[in-house]
Amino acid sequence: MGIGGMVAKLKADVADTGEPLLEVKDLSIDFHLRTHILHAVRNVSFALERGRTLCLVGESGSGKSVTARALLGIVDRQGRIAGGRILLHGDEGEVDIAQMTERSSELLRIRGGRIGLVFQEPMSSLSPVHTIGSQIIEALRLHRRLDARAARAETVELLRQVEIRDPETMVDRYTFEFSGGMRQRAMIAMALACDPDILIADEPTTALDVTTQAEILDLIKRLQVSRGMAMLLITHDMGVVAEVADDVAVMRYGRIVETGSVDDVFHAAQHPYTSSLLSSTVRLEQPRADIRDRAEALGEPVLSVRSLTKVYGAVSGWFGKSGPALTAVDDASFDLHAGENLGIVGESGSGKTTLGRLILRTVEPTSGSITYRRKDGTSDDVLALSKAGLKDYHRQVRLVFQDPFASLNPRMTVKQIVGDPLVVAGTLRGAALEHRVGELLDLVGIDPRSMERYPHAFSGGQRQRIGIARALALDPSVLIADEATAALDVSIRAQILDLLLDIQKRLGLSFIFISHDISVVRYFCDHVAVMHRGRIVEMGTAEEIVNNPREPYTQSLISAVPNPDPRNKRMLHRTRFKS
Amino acid sequence: MMGRYIVKRLIYMVPTLIGMSIIAFLIIQLPPGDYLTSMIARMTESGENVDPAQVARLREIYGLDDPVLIQYWKWISGILLRGDFGHSFEWNRPVSDLIWERMGSTLAISLASLLFVWAVALPIGIYSAVRRHSFGDYAFTFLGFLGLAIPNFILALTLMYVTYRYLGQSVGGLYSPQYVEAPWSWGKFVDLLSHLWIPIIVIGTSGTAALIRILRANLTDELNKPYVVTAKAKGLPEYKVVLKYPVRIALNPFVSAIGWVLPELISGVTITAIVLNLPTAGPLLLRALVSQDMYLAGSFILLMGVLTLIGMLVSDLLLALLDPRIRFT
Repeated sequence: MGIGGMVAKLKADVADTGEPLLEVKDLSIDFHLRTHILHAVRNVSFALERGRTLCLVGESGSGKSVTARALLGIVDRQGRIAGGRILLHGDEGEVDIAQMTERSSELLRIRGGRIGLVFQEPMSSLSPVHTIGSQIIEALRLHRRLDARAARAETVELLRQVEIRDPETMVDRYTFEFSGGMRQRAMIAMALACDPDILIADEPTTALDVTTQAEILDLIKRLQVSRGMAMLLITHDMGVVAEVADDVAVMRYGRIVETGSVDDVFHAAQHPYTSSLLSSTVRLEQPRADIRDRAEALGEPVLSVRSLTKVYGAVSGWFGKSGPALTAVDDASFDLHAGENLGIVGESGSGKTTLGRLILRTVEPTSGSITYRRKDGTSDDVLALSKAGLKDYHRQVRLVFQDPFASLNPRMTVKQIVGDPLVVAGTLRGAALEHRVGELLDLVGIDPRSMERYPHAFSGGQRQRIGIARALALDPSVLIADEATAALDVSIRAQILDLLLDIQKRLGLSFIFISHDISVVRYFCDHVAVMHRGRIVEMGTAEEIVNNPREPYTQSLISAVPNPDPRNKRMLHRTRFKS
Repeated sequence: MMGRYIVKRLIYMVPTLIGMSIIAFLIIQLPPGDYLTSMIARMTESGENVDPAQVARLREIYGLDDPVLIQYWKWISGILLRGDFGHSFEWNRPVSDLIWERMGSTLAISLASLLFVWAVALPIGIYSAVRRHSFGDYAFTFLGFLGLAIPNFILALTLMYVTYRYLGQSVGGLYSPQYVEAPWSWGKFVDLLSHLWIPIIVIGTSGTAALIRILRANLTDELNKPYVVTAKAKGLPEYKVVLKYPVRIALNPFVSAIGWVLPELISGVTITAIVLNLPTAGPLLLRALVSQDMYLAGSFILLMGVLTLIGMLVSDLLLALLDPRIRFT
């Protein structure tokens, strides 16, 4: 019996009881900030039922995580539950979590005992200085009367259930010896240690690769069904919602604007915000906005990369021992034509970021060649460039960064930030510089009058626009965008992608678009290179890669992408890649 | 794993030690003249006759006219091969005797001060971080800054006055006059304790203030980390959450403090030691430097360097024990 069948059977079993496990009624949470009161959550109501999954969807700042933590009575220092009730039903009747104080022993029994929490940061949500085992054993011993030996045995069993290989050894390992996916599994094991009735998963897979995400969601879903738990899943990813949810609640500015069954929300959305959220979700099937004439893209390539290789750690150390060599990029070759977008997709550790840095020569390649052709027809061997030549090359080939918050100097005004490359190049100054910065800001859709402001006055999406304006300042011919939209909300992401396409059309740029998100690459790129363990395993047009992947790895990657359509789930029927 | 790490660290210490010995020797050679010239100056000042022949003989005995390199070699080979730190001109005794005499009390006072610093800074730091912006936090912060700002010798003088005026104790030193030469007894120990608290407080105050601020800042960062929410969501009571997880990680600077607190306590408290008339290394070093008693001063500087290195090593080893991330990388 497949997962679908089990779900259907279980639903049939519990459908009639109708009694919710947990009800949230009119919950409001205020944050007392220095200057004003922020109403983070306003009159939110929903219910969790045994064996069913409610997805709370919303963009960053919508109050979904605050709501989830309030269910455990965990509210930040400035936060107060301003009103409403959180009713937890149990054998001894119902209790109101909203009324409990931080020190009440009843609340401590509920935390971890009846409600388990899994959340986003697999890197930082476990203590780095305690072993995985000791952290799970602690949870077990808190809620169940187990002696140390029994707790340890139980922990090993839990790790086995969450499919961690070799649990007897791993139980004594530290978190930094675990990969992101394994940490998330350990986190799930901890949340489930005391057999809770309710599992709250706050963006449990956001930081993970697609294939790992698919495995983790699979695991959570399976454990939920086998234990008959109620689940509250918080996510911003409509694809994940469609794959996992039974019911959906859409949150915006602290309010729930729409609730309904997953099918209703996806196919008969009532609220305009839900519709806009769905329409800005980039779908894998969705082809590029403008399918251009292919012939136009041909001709001499701007950038030719041949057999590019980077090996780390082959150098011998002080005491004559040589570390194991790691081939980060292995024999990568491709051509980038003028006006073309090349997507490089791969999971974390596949070498895609290193490849981008090799092309810029901020990391020196071990071997291979890169040829760059200027607009006037002359060409350069990038690896043989002198320092001055490299400086010129960096004017032509520029980088757009991932993190819009960390990549802008908070002490420089927007004018200084965008004008900086021009000042460094020494081409413009004074009024001409200001005029050019104004032009650039106009190009990326930022009001040029705001150029005297500092970055903190802008939202994430606006900052990314400023970063793009800075990259465009020197009239480059190639932009390398490394996960340029990964940190943005879906609706902002769609806007930035369209902006980049629009700029490309106007300026005739080429893009190398590095991303882990295949849907975005599909939307944005003409050609796609799939990287796995440093190698380009498959290359082709975006359509070919998505609709007709040849390599087993690409197939598994494509099929693991969640499909934002509950009637057509893809992830749960994915093909798995065995290496 | 750990054994190799320690051996590696010890090997790395060798070149540092050699460099330090050279620097120590150069420092004591830097001022113009030597012990004899300053002795002659003092003798002529007080109207005594100086016999040039005797001076020349002394110069020869002490090798003061040899090239610097040979002087250095004589000095360092004596230390390494025979444990002979040379002869103090001023005290006319072997340097090693003088140093060991002083080092015992210096180390005792330093370690006691370090323990005092930890004992006070840890609870206050935790309290200040957890109850940030509360009245208690502000009060401790105020006291902390006061401790940082008041010069040690003023604090020493004040405390001496208070103990003399209101507690009727003998002022200064580590023992009351009747116990100074007496053999160890219960009475002497109690007497030592009643004197020891003043230097400990005086020496420890500024270090305490600094550590409280460091711990508060570190712990404030750690308290917002996701793993704290994880621990809370497990159902741990708040005080256990704080003590077991973030405090454990915020402790790192406490341990690294050994590295810099130890040498600072030994050398940096000279003024306090003079004011309080403590039999520690600081005043002796000062005298040696003033009178250009080169072997004594050089040995002190060298020992101080060695202590710094040992302090660093101890703190690094403790850090590795405390934090597996350091141990494994």
